[in-house]
Amino acid sequence: MAASSTAQVLSLYRLLMKESKKFPSYNYRTYALRRVRDAFRENKTVEDPKVLEELLNRARDSLALIQRQLVTEQHWPPFSSIVWAQKQCK
Amino acid sequence: MISSSNVLITVTYQAVKAQLSLDLVIKSRELEKDELRPLYMDFQATTPMDPRVLDAMLPYQVNYYGNPHSRTHAYGWESESAMEKARKQIAALIGADPREIVFTSGATESNNMSIKGVARFYKAKKKHIITTQTEHKCVLDSCRVLEAEGFDVTYLPVKHNGLIDLQQLEEMIRPDTSLVSVMTINNEIGIKQPIKDIGHLCRSKNVFFHTDAAQAVGKIPINVSDWKVDLMSISGHKIYGPKGVGALYVRRRPRVRIEPLQNGGGQERGLRSGTVPTPLAVGLGAACEIAQQEMAYDHKHVTMLAKRFVEKIMSEIADVVMNGDPDQRYPGCINLSFAYVEGESLLMALKDVALSSGSACTSASLEPSYVLRAIGTDEDLAHSSIRFGIGRFTTEEEVDYTADKCIQQVKWLREMSPLWEMVQEGIDLKSIKWTQH
Repeated sequence: MAASSTAQVLSLYRLLMKESKKFPSYNYRTYALRRVRDAFRENKTVEDPKVLEELLNRARDSLALIQRQLVTEQHWPPFSSIVWAQKQCK
Repeated sequence: MISSSNVLITVTYQAVKAQLSLDLVIKSRELEKDELRPLYMDFQATTPMDPRVLDAMLPYQVNYYGNPHSRTHAYGWESESAMEKARKQIAALIGADPREIVFTSGATESNNMSIKGVARFYKAKKKHIITTQTEHKCVLDSCRVLEAEGFDVTYLPVKHNGLIDLQQLEEMIRPDTSLVSVMTINNEIGIKQPIKDIGHLCRSKNVFFHTDAAQAVGKIPINVSDWKVDLMSISGHKIYGPKGVGALYVRRRPRVRIEPLQNGGGQERGLRSGTVPTPLAVGLGAACEIAQQEMAYDHKHVTMLAKRFVEKIMSEIADVVMNGDPDQRYPGCINLSFAYVEGESLLMALKDVALSSGSACTSASLEPSYVLRAIGTDEDLAHSSIRFGIGRFTTEEEVDYTADKCIQQVKWLREMSPLWEMVQEGIDLKSIKWTQH
């Protein structure tokens, strides 16, 4: 059980980071990446399976939310930021 | 198992998406090419909506469009339950009861409602109101209107660090004072007033206490019972929520009576009639819930960025003054005065950063901000002040870029400034007698 939950956590993390990278807006993109990373880091040592399940559900909801918001934002994209115009997506 | 209908839907969706993208590409080419937008560093003026807030609002903009006051059908019931859920979320953030929250169109309306409402309700016996000189324009203007109606208004001065003097406030309270209004966090200089002490003082003197917490809600922990606040204004678009909505906290025990500004069908306890805009209310509720969850994380991030920014600027250029108390403040609102540099020209030089030299409502005029005047800033320093706003979505890169650009432009502008030349030569500017031609 522990092994599969670690795998679950890792796969959710990878998915969340992959989806967050797709935000067209620089500010939303950087915030999503930072927040996801910090949230997973903060809960690294959680052992209690109930708490873990709740956190994983929250992560899945966040993933669905990011995917929905990506669709919305991609149809109303921001103009390039004057500063980050030449930079690649993070 | 992929059914044929699924495939059809997917194919149609892709086709629609492709067409939309094509339309947008064509449209964006028609607009100015390579239109680049500045960095956003003006979080006190307004904030971008958090994607989580938009996600909560969208269903109510699309299919769940019922009027929350319709009692007879499911559209009304579901809107009402969404509105009540939002009310609970807002109340939880400030430590209030959901029945004490009234939805309004923003903090300006909340401020108008509380000041005019309380003053007019108790006008038979109480004719005195106390506020400060650094309040938001809507508070000051409401007081001006009340003065014309025959009320006595005292505008408390602030100390040089922006805080009010509690001793002075106590002396100013008269037996016929009905309301004291002091904003929690100032939108121009970021000063945090001692609201708890003021609240206890007002309660002991039986005076109602209103605070404009538009910049404070969701950023610092607030508890209206702890602070003994009777009325509190909340703004949606300052906490990553939608524009056009706000709330007013009106205490029920001990009861605060208000004469309503907007009359009608008796919605919102009769205090603010009118259909509550469900999607906006839901957005405000979601913004409050997110702010509560993220408060510690955001505060840590903003404090770190603010420290980095100020240290960088202060270490590279001399004669920079941070307006307001260095400790009793919200770190995300930094108001700096750069001596011997004109504020508007610095703003224009920093054209790739979105900044402001005062509050948005006073930015149209060329006068220096009245808040800076109230804290006793010299006229020339008041003209050269810029407000930097840091928020949830600001990154280290943006802060570094802004600091570097600011340092570079200040140095460049100072090279061109004759005042700077004179200061370098050791002339005391205050001793110069400027002649008239």
